[in-house]
Amino acid sequence: MASVLSLENLSVSFATPDGEVGAVREISIQVGAGECLGIVGESGSGKSQTFLAALGLLASNGRAEGRATFHGDNILGLDAAALNRMRGDRIAMVFQDPMTSLTPHMRIGRQLCEVLIRHKGLSRHEARARALDMLQRVGIAEAGRRIDQYPHELSGGMRQRVMIAMALLCEPELLIADEPTTALDVTVQAQILAILRHLTREMNLALVLITHDLGVVAGLADRVAVMYAGRVVEEGSAEDIFHRPGHPYTRALLKAITRLDDDPDMPLSAIPGQPPNASEQLPGCAFAPRCESVFDLCRSQRPDLVDAGPSHRAACHLVEGA
Amino acid sequence: MSDPVLQVDGLKVHFPVRRGGLGFGALATLKAVDDVSFELSRGETLGIVGESGCGKSTLGRAVLQLVAPTDGRVVWLGQDLAALSRSEMRRKRRDLQIVFQDPLASLDPRMTTGEIIAEPLRAQGIRLSRDERRARVASIMEKVGLSPALINRYPHEFSGGQCQRIGIARAMIVEPKLVVCDEPVSSLDVSIRAQIVNLLKDLQKEFGLSLLFISHDLSVVRHIASRILVLYLGRVMELGARDQIFDAPFHPYTRALMEAVLAPDPVAQRDADEVSEGRGLKGELPSPIDPPSGCVFRTRCPIATEICAKDVPGLRDAMPGHSVACHHAFDRKAWRGSY
Repeated sequence: MASVLSLENLSVSFATPDGEVGAVREISIQVGAGECLGIVGESGSGKSQTFLAALGLLASNGRAEGRATFHGDNILGLDAAALNRMRGDRIAMVFQDPMTSLTPHMRIGRQLCEVLIRHKGLSRHEARARALDMLQRVGIAEAGRRIDQYPHELSGGMRQRVMIAMALLCEPELLIADEPTTALDVTVQAQILAILRHLTREMNLALVLITHDLGVVAGLADRVAVMYAGRVVEEGSAEDIFHRPGHPYTRALLKAITRLDDDPDMPLSAIPGQPPNASEQLPGCAFAPRCESVFDLCRSQRPDLVDAGPSHRAACHLVEGA
Repeated sequence: MSDPVLQVDGLKVHFPVRRGGLGFGALATLKAVDDVSFELSRGETLGIVGESGCGKSTLGRAVLQLVAPTDGRVVWLGQDLAALSRSEMRRKRRDLQIVFQDPLASLDPRMTTGEIIAEPLRAQGIRLSRDERRARVASIMEKVGLSPALINRYPHEFSGGQCQRIGIARAMIVEPKLVVCDEPVSSLDVSIRAQIVNLLKDLQKEFGLSLLFISHDLSVVRHIASRILVLYLGRVMELGARDQIFDAPFHPYTRALMEAVLAPDPVAQRDADEVSEGRGLKGELPSPIDPPSGCVFRTRCPIATEICAKDVPGLRDAMPGHSVACHHAFDRKAWRGSY
């Protein structure tokens, strides 16, 4: 399958008063049309920065190295005008907090139409019809009334639907959704994930779903990459990751999820300690201080990603090459 | 059950609001909490569950008298809290503490960890020498899993999970008897959530704490609460022991909340999606200013009938200690086909 987005040895670092801090280190990953790639990691693992870098949205003190190709063309370091033409049209994004992503003093309809007028050159009238149609497709009841409302008049779940509608208006080839359901109630989360599932299938979209919660990607992702301390520590099909996890971190994350069928009287399985600070680089495996299977080699030598099965890779000294 | 330390009886919190955006509309009443009753024993945890806007935080705050109840009683150790004077209530707060959802926002950024944790001692007028105070702060920091060496650090130097530990230490330093935990883990990473839940359970065991644990996530509540209260638009939908609620939920809303928990299993989730196609909980919480007539849940309920629009269902006993507010809770025919 030809990849829509391909990252090759992408690294991201930030200049800080304490010196250069590496946030993402040599990541290589692809996502193809009609495919959903789940990116899972804790706060500070670099999962968001990876894709912000690919789209040229890093903070001004950030620097990206390596390659990011969109349909084969390198987009890393493109000038602002070229990126602006692509973003919102062929590549769309949805962020965690829908309130801060919407302009508070503009009606929903105007914000939606602006995208179509700008990128597709539609008339105001055509744009409004398309926007209305898309609001209905993302499950907004009474779309005809909602389209003339302001963001504050909508609930959190409805605002996130508007954000998804806006992202999909220009029928992009790639959608990057960064924690799209984290701020939402569990009941609404289930609805939003169902919408993403149906629309991405319908539009043959390449979807990157970034989250800290493995439960969120389970029903959606075809492939999953688990990130820790700026690196991919495991990558494989959803079945590999959930049923045959190779990395102790992935296993620990899976165990930490509260489910409805575990023993509620047992203590919850927690990962001890805190994720590492990006500014301190350990010589060995970054997960070693929190790992339950750690041994001497882990502290001195960083494990590379090795095959743990067909199209399944893990970076752990305990994984035997398959 | 042993004698309850906390009795909440017919609690109502109503806010006068203006309809329409800019405050010029007609006056209306927002019933954030409407006729809620429950009891809590020493060392017990009651989980309060519901979606955003269901009134669960307001309920927690009304119990602590941080918002004034409109009606009903909150009785703490035999004493009606509303009858206390301001200074009496202030002294009572030593027993009654709260942990907030957003760990960083609830800590003063200009205060050190030590100052933050010691603040309730000052507020309660507990006079200690500098050394005594420092020893007490260091000891509680150790209890919540923070190194006392961090006592002079500022909140921004900590991760979310560590900030939540500071918030818990601040609540615990006056040795309270009841702690209201308002979504204490929902802003934390999955891996850190478990640490905080386990910590709260350990502290509860050690100090015989009673907890009100407010959350929208049933899978988390299940691990800490012995009883569970399901709230919807300010009203109690179902109240019962944990195993009663999870093994045999009677209210369609409770069932919907359980269905919404995502199993970390791609096969199970896809199967569940096929089965529940178009049947999951539709829409969102209606506006609490214009709640539906009759049963407030009926607009999203898969088994609602005409009677649900007409009559408000009262809480009825399903089992001893397990009550449910649904016209069709015991009507198995209504359930068939919808689940």
